[in-house]
Amino acid sequence: MLDLYRPGTSPLHSLSPGPKILVMMAAGTALFLVESLPLVLGALLLTLALYRLAGLTLGDALVQLRPLAPIFVIFLALQYWLSGPVLAAFVVLRLAALILLASLVTLTTRASDMIDTITRALALLRPLGVNPAKVGLAISLALRFIPVLGQITTDVREAQKTRGLERSVIATALPVAIRTLKMADDIADAIEARGYDPRA
Amino acid sequence: MIEIETVRLAYGDRTVLHDISLSLTERRIGIIGANGSGKSSFARLLNGLVLPSSGSVRIDGLDTRAKGKEVRRKVGFVFQNPDNQIVFPTVAEDLAFGMKNLRLPKDEIARKTDAILARYDLSDLRDHPAHLLSGGQKQLLAISGVLVMDPAYLVLDEPTTLLDLRNTRRIAAALEALAQTVILATHDLDLLEGFDRVLVFDEGRIVADDTPAAALPFYVERMA
Ligand SMILES: Nc1ncnc2c1ncn2[C@@H]1O[C@H](COP(=O)(O)OP(=O)(O)O)[C@@H](O)[C@H]1O
Ligand SMILES: [Mg+2]
Repeated sequence: MLDLYRPGTSPLHSLSPGPKILVMMAAGTALFLVESLPLVLGALLLTLALYRLAGLTLGDALVQLRPLAPIFVIFLALQYWLSGPVLAAFVVLRLAALILLASLVTLTTRASDMIDTITRALALLRPLGVNPAKVGLAISLALRFIPVLGQITTDVREAQKTRGLERSVIATALPVAIRTLKMADDIADAIEARGYDPRA
Repeated sequence: MIEIETVRLAYGDRTVLHDISLSLTERRIGIIGANGSGKSSFARLLNGLVLPSSGSVRIDGLDTRAKGKEVRRKVGFVFQNPDNQIVFPTVAEDLAFGMKNLRLPKDEIARKTDAILARYDLSDLRDHPAHLLSGGQKQLLAISGVLVMDPAYLVLDEPTTLLDLRNTRRIAAALEALAQTVILATHDLDLLEGFDRVLVFDEGRIVADDTPAAALPFYVERMA
């Protein structure tokens, strides 16, 4: 979701995130009610047409699927073996359409807009003691700092490698934990310094 | 004006700032001193990130203890590591964070975002993931995120320590052009050229308080 947003001015970009997420969820559910291969194929083509509408290419669509390639292969093999080629194609195409549809939402929606929407939706849970602004901030922070944590882990592992310690889990985990805690402290200060009021 | 009156600061039973009294009225004030001498602690007192153990700090008459929220609005703070003060995934989103905290309307947020991005030559990076920026761009973004909140004072704690020479110069040029009062803690003495006043810290005390022409040689001598 983090690096996914592609700036643009297409109708899909300007659609507000709430309806976009709802339509995506409805379409995703509908996909599971569809039982015929041609219909699923049609849904997949329609999704790809929406990618074009959003100014995205077929390549962009494929990139969304690539991380899941191993799962596709396993599904395909399993379904082929269990129920034959038609059903195997059906299952895999349906999964692909679903993933592409979900990715389309994140590709055309800024993380901040998505978070605002989630925050507004969570306002319904306020009577249960949920503070939507806090949840929103937590989601943003997670999106922002997951890549930073990855970087810290890489740095530490490289430093330990020069000392021949790269195999030791503790030699990596401990410095990562310490640096992360220090980072969390700094982030909390920065959030406070920038005028965030947790009671608001 | 910043008024610091008989301030002592302790963490637990360890006193890290001893009996400091000053008033700061100059436009450019430098803070130097060895590691652990109390620069950061002093800087943090100025926007109420830490409160004095005794004595008081007032910003334009506002006590940091009683008026924390107003003080933070007046005094922007830039930390050493920009990575830890950029809290949103993309550039424009992060710039908006402080302005949203100030409850600025959406169109004003958009307008100020455009203006600051143009000013620091970051317009192309509007929707760029923050973690892919260079060190210098990150620090410029961190400074921008504070400036869009229109503080009257800007406190910076070693903002160039993690940067290379070229980016240090970019930050220096940015700081020079600011209308705000700038209070800058640094190890980079070159940055203090043209400053009005320099405070030299040593073990929690101010051991010199003078123009750069007098304070910098004093500090260099003392460290030798
Ligand atoms: N949160 C803290 N808790 C305890 N001691 C601290 C804390 N922050 C700083 N110190 C101590 O206070 C002293 C001054 O630190 P600091 O203000 O960070 O100096 P400088 O910025 O000049 O390096 C140091 O001895 C440091 O170890
Ligand atoms: Mg410091």
